[in-house]
Amino acid sequence: MLAHASCRHAPIGFLIVSLLLGCGVPAGAQEKPVAFVGAEVVPVSGPPISPGVVVVARGKIIAVGPVASTEIPADAERIDCTAKVVMPGLVDTHSHVGDGWAGDGSGPIQPDVRVLDSINVRDAGFRKARAGGLTTLNIMPGSGHLLSGQTIYAKLRDASTIDDFFIRDGDGRPLGGMKMANGTNSQKDPPFPGTRSKSAALVRQKFLKAQDYRRKVKDSKDDPAKSPDRDLEMEGLLDVLDGRVVVHHHCHRADDIMTVLRLRDEFGFKVVLHHVSEAWKVADQLARAGAACSVIVVDSPGGKIEAMDLSLATGAVLEKAGVPCAIHTDDPITDSRLFLRTAGLAVRAGMSRDKALEALTLAGAKMLVLDDRIGSLDVGKDADLIVLSGDPLGLRTKVLQTWVEGRKVFDRDDPEDRLYAVGGYGAGREQKAHACCTDERFSETK
Amino acid sequence: MAVTRRHAAVVAAAGLLAACLPSRAAEPDGRPLAIRGETVYTMTGPPITDGVVLIVDGKITSVGSALDIPLPPAARVLTGRVVTPGLIDAHTVVGLSGFLNQEQDQDQLDKGEPLQPELRAIDSYNPRERLIEWLRDFGITTIHTGHAPGGLVSGQTMVVKTVGQTVEEATILPVAMVAATLGEDSRPGDDRKSPGTRSKAVAMLRTEFVKTQDYLRKQDLADPEKRPDRDLRRETFADVLRGKLPLLVTVNRATDIDAALRIAAEFDIRLVLDSAAEAYLIADRIKAAGVPVIVHPSMRRGGMGETENISFETAAALRAKGIPVALQSGFEGYVPKTRVALFEAAIAAANGLTTEQALATITSDAATILGVADRVGSLRPGLDGDVAIFDGDPFEYTTHCIGVVIDGRVVGDEAH
Repeated sequence: MLAHASCRHAPIGFLIVSLLLGCGVPAGAQEKPVAFVGAEVVPVSGPPISPGVVVVARGKIIAVGPVASTEIPADAERIDCTAKVVMPGLVDTHSHVGDGWAGDGSGPIQPDVRVLDSINVRDAGFRKARAGGLTTLNIMPGSGHLLSGQTIYAKLRDASTIDDFFIRDGDGRPLGGMKMANGTNSQKDPPFPGTRSKSAALVRQKFLKAQDYRRKVKDSKDDPAKSPDRDLEMEGLLDVLDGRVVVHHHCHRADDIMTVLRLRDEFGFKVVLHHVSEAWKVADQLARAGAACSVIVVDSPGGKIEAMDLSLATGAVLEKAGVPCAIHTDDPITDSRLFLRTAGLAVRAGMSRDKALEALTLAGAKMLVLDDRIGSLDVGKDADLIVLSGDPLGLRTKVLQTWVEGRKVFDRDDPEDRLYAVGGYGAGREQKAHACCTDERFSETK
Repeated sequence: MAVTRRHAAVVAAAGLLAACLPSRAAEPDGRPLAIRGETVYTMTGPPITDGVVLIVDGKITSVGSALDIPLPPAARVLTGRVVTPGLIDAHTVVGLSGFLNQEQDQDQLDKGEPLQPELRAIDSYNPRERLIEWLRDFGITTIHTGHAPGGLVSGQTMVVKTVGQTVEEATILPVAMVAATLGEDSRPGDDRKSPGTRSKAVAMLRTEFVKTQDYLRKQDLADPEKRPDRDLRRETFADVLRGKLPLLVTVNRATDIDAALRIAAEFDIRLVLDSAAEAYLIADRIKAAGVPVIVHPSMRRGGMGETENISFETAAALRAKGIPVALQSGFEGYVPKTRVALFEAAIAAANGLTTEQALATITSDAATILGVADRVGSLRPGLDGDVAIFDGDPFEYTTHCIGVVIDGRVVGDEAH
C-alpha cells in the first residue's frame, strides 16, 4: 500500500534514493527558542494565564507564565498571540487515522500483530488531524477482534516513515498499547466467539496460557537452555500482564464494561475503557473500581443496539462520580478537525469546561502514561501546543497553528494546510511525498 | 447538573416516552401562546430585538416588538434569549431508517430493483421512531424524509412534522420528491439490473423518461381502448415530467452533477441537487440552470471515493453564487445513526455563512426548496406556530435548545 501510494506521485526509484540520502527525514528540534507572547495561556494543569507567554526551546517547554514576569530569551523568535489562546496539543486516545490494520481474519486474539507495520504516514487524515490541533494519537486497530493487536502512540511530527511518529521508551522501543474489544463487534463465525460468555472464556484461556509462559520464563532464570522458545503472541501478552502496556478496551454496554473490569481484576492488567456508551449507568461502580474512561461523543444514539442508550451526558456523569474521563475521536467516526467540538458538546450536556479541556489533553495523556511528557503546558514537557483564534470551545474558533516538539506542523495561513483544514479539491488525497531534491520534479509530474 | 440527571432519566425512560409522543393540536387548554425572545429571527427581515411571536389556534397571528404587541391576558408566555422558526431538516431518512440499525427497522432502501419511483415514503414512516424525538429536542420541527440514496431511483420522499401518532397526523406533503442517485452509489448490490457504469445509469434514466413521455401521449388518445393500463411507476415518473414532483438527485462528483443537469434540461424536469460534494467546481453551471442544492451534512465524512473533495465551505460557496441552499442530516449507516441539521448548519456558520444565512439553510430557504414555505420556515402571521427557543446563539456548541413548539403546542421544554 505504501509503495503503491508513492508510485502515484513519482517513480519509486526517486523516492528510494531520496530516502537513502536521508533527504526526507525531518530535521531535529528548532534551533532558536520560540516565545508565544500575549495569549490567554491555558496550561490545563493550572488556571489560565492572561496575558501569558510560553517559551519553547530544543523541543521542550522552558517557561510558562504571565507576560509581566516571564523572562523571554533575547534570541527568541517572538510570535504575537495577543487575543489568541494557547493550549496544549490535543491528545487523542483512540484514532484510526492512517489506514492501519492489525489482526486479520485468522483468529480472535492476535497480540503479536502491530498496527505500526501498516500505517501510511502520508494519509490525508494526518494532515487533517494536525489541522484539528491534535499532536499525539493512540492509533488503534479495529474492534472486530477480542484482541486485534498492538497500538502505537504517535507524535504527529512531519513524517517520512512511521519511525518519525514514534514515542520511545528509555530503551528506544516505540510505545503503544494493546487493543481489545467485547460486545457484538468481535462476535462472528468460529474461530471467533458467538456469545459474550465465549468471548470472556477465550480471553481468559489466552491469559492463563500467558501466565504459564511467564512462569516458565521466570523459572528459567535467564538460562537459555531452560527458557521457553520465543513466542510473539506470548511476548505481547506478557507486556500486558507485567503492566508495561496498557489495554485499550472497546466496550459499550454496562455489563460489557463490568466484564472488562472482572477480567482486569483476575489478571491484573492496566486498562482504559473506551467508548463506554452506557458508563452513565454504572458510574459509581466505575469510580469504586478506579476505572479510567475514554468517551466518544457523537451526535445521536443508535447505529447499533449496543449504542442505543448512548448519551451526550456521559462525560458529565463520569465527572460527577469522580471517574477519570478523556474524550476521543475514533476518527473516522468523528472528524479529528472537530475534536474541540466534541468537548463543547460534553459541556452542553453538563460537563465542566475545565474537565472537558482536560479530557482532550492531560486526561488522555495520563491514560497513555505519557503525562510526564505531554498533556499540559508545564516546564520540561514536550513543546506540543496549539494556537487558537479564541475560546477553545467556541464554534467559530479556528486552530491557527499546531506545534509538535517546537516545530510548526500546521499553519492555517499556509494554503496547502488550509486545504486540509476546510476541505476542497485534493483534500482527500495523500500528501505529496516530501523529498528535498526532487520536489519540483514531483510537482511537474503530478 | 440538573441537565445531566434529567438527560439520564430521559434515556432510561425512552420506552415510556415513545408511548406518549405529543400529538398535533393547540395547547390543550386552548390558550394563546406568546414566545418572547431577546432576539427573534423571523427570516422575513432583520432580527427583532425583544420580540414576540403570538400563536392562536396553532397559527402565528402576530410577530414584532414586545413594545408593539399586546399579549392576551390568558396567554401562556415562554421566553428565551434567541427565538427562531421551528427548524427544518431538508433531507433525512429518519422515520424510515430506525436508530437500532437492524434489518427490521431499515426501510429506507429496497435493493430489489434499480428503478422504484412508486415506493411511497408514507408506507414506511414510523412516527414513534426514537430519532424523531432526538431531532425534535434540538428544535427540528419539520423533516423532509423518505427513501435513501443508493438505488438509481429508490422511491418517494415526503415532508412531515416531528410529532404525531400516525403518519397522517405528521404529514405536510405526502409526496415531496422522487429520489434518484447518480455515481457509484447508484448500484447498491451486485444485481445485474443496476447500472454498471455512469453512462449506463444516465441511459437507464433517460429511457424511463422517454417511455413515460410515450405513456403520457397514449393516455391522451381518443380511443379509451388504446390508452395504457395504470402503472404506478409510470404515474410517478409522469408527475416528474409534468413538473408536479421534483427529481431529487443525490450526486457528489462534478461529472455526475453535470449529468443530472443534462437530464433535467433534456426532459424539462424540476431538479433538486442533493449532497453535491463537488458543486463548488461547477457552481456557475448550477446557477445558470436555476437549480437549488440541498448540500451534504457539513460534517459528512470525506475520506476516499466520491466525497474525497468534500469541503466545510460548500454551502457558503454556493450561497455566494446566489444558488438556493439548504442543509440536511443526510443518511448515516452506522454511529451516529443520524446527524442533526442544527449542528450541520452550525459548521456552515463557522465556515463562511453568517448566522442568518446559516439559519436560512434550515428554515426559510429549506422551506422554499421543499415547497412548504406557505406553512413553515419563517415567523409571520398565517404560518404554522412552529418555533424553537434557545438560551444563546443557536449554533454555539454549548448553547441549549430550551423549547420547541409545533402548531402552537409546546412539545419540548427541557434543555438539550
